Amino acid sequence: MTPKESGGSLSAIQIDALREVGNIGAGNAAIALSQMVDKKVDLSVPKASLQPLVCIPELVGGPETPVAGIYLNIAGDCTGSILLLLEKESADSLAALMVTKEMDAGEGLSVVKRSALQETGSILSGAYLSALGQLTGLLFRPSVPGFAMDMAGAIMDYVLVDLGATEENVLVVETDFTVSGVKILGHLILFPDLGTLATILQRLGVPLE
Amino acid sequence: MNVGVAELKTGSNSCVLASFGLGSCVAVAMFDPFRKIAGLAHVMLPDSRGKKPAEGVTGKFADVAIPTLVEELVQIGARRNRLRCKIVGGAQMFEIPGAHKRETSLNAGPPAQIGARNIEAVKNELEKLRIPLIGEDTGGNYGRTVKFDSSTGSLEVSSINHGRTVI
Repeated sequence: MTPKESGGSLSAIQIDALREVGNIGAGNAAIALSQMVDKKVDLSVPKASLQPLVCIPELVGGPETPVAGIYLNIAGDCTGSILLLLEKESADSLAALMVTKEMDAGEGLSVVKRSALQETGSILSGAYLSALGQLTGLLFRPSVPGFAMDMAGAIMDYVLVDLGATEENVLVVETDFTVSGVKILGHLILFPDLGTLATILQRLGVPLE
Repeated sequence: MNVGVAELKTGSNSCVLASFGLGSCVAVAMFDPFRKIAGLAHVMLPDSRGKKPAEGVTGKFADVAIPTLVEELVQIGARRNRLRCKIVGGAQMFEIPGAHKRETSLNAGPPAQIGARNIEAVKNELEKLRIPLIGEDTGGNYGRTVKFDSSTGSLEVSSINHGRTVI
């Protein structure tokens, strides 16, 4: 049985192991973010599930909702992608924490703010993947981040195709975070390629049959 | 009626077919202006490579979606030689320098160009079936929503930063 075929039937213990991956990865990312903005960052309980990618835009209010997406590919021992998704208001608030008025007085998401968000995505993903690397002893190498501010559906379109989309379902490990004192809600989503999922599960001690 | 990713739907009697948040996907809107019968396919990838798409996702691949759309429209009363087509989408949402090429990818190749390849595949297929392409709003780096009115054949395209047009 190939990992792709078995992807539809992960056991409860495997799902638990992947949630732990989300917990440890996002935990490390939250520490990084907390240091960047000098505020407390809280995490939700991670979710790990196989789901149709068309459902992902629903996480942030539907396919037409304006969101900022920072997207990276993962190379190395395991491949996949990481997506940081922020609703527009959250993206504005997060950028405002990092870009002072002196640096940029412009309205909306200026080039400087976009760049700050892109860098945030890069740092959070790096922290996430380095925790994952320590946990599994595997190498995860993030690419340079891509940035888009657009409809959630349009962003997910790209991710779906990038993931290969041979199946109707993808594996999603999702953690939400909030920054205290500021209205920021972010979604940090890991999409392990189903093709290399077996490698991760093996290292976590819950191999595929 | 909402036409989700990889779906294909047809209708008549002044129905409105819509696809929300198209990125690199291409919406293929086909209609018979006299019988007021219309169909919309939400194409995700250029080529099925002979793999038959599952039920409910017949709009997934350009090479399958377009013949299927023609067939279904004719089935509900459209005249084959009166069919007209408009296409929207095929954007490039992200630019990731040096993004690695995945061996696992179906239609392997840089996903950054998938939008352009979708547009090309759709146009090739239309040409092959000799269906006139009478309007398009494609490419760019932004998402689009389309609403297709079967009674008029008008296709409304809206986006966040690039306004609204009707083609």
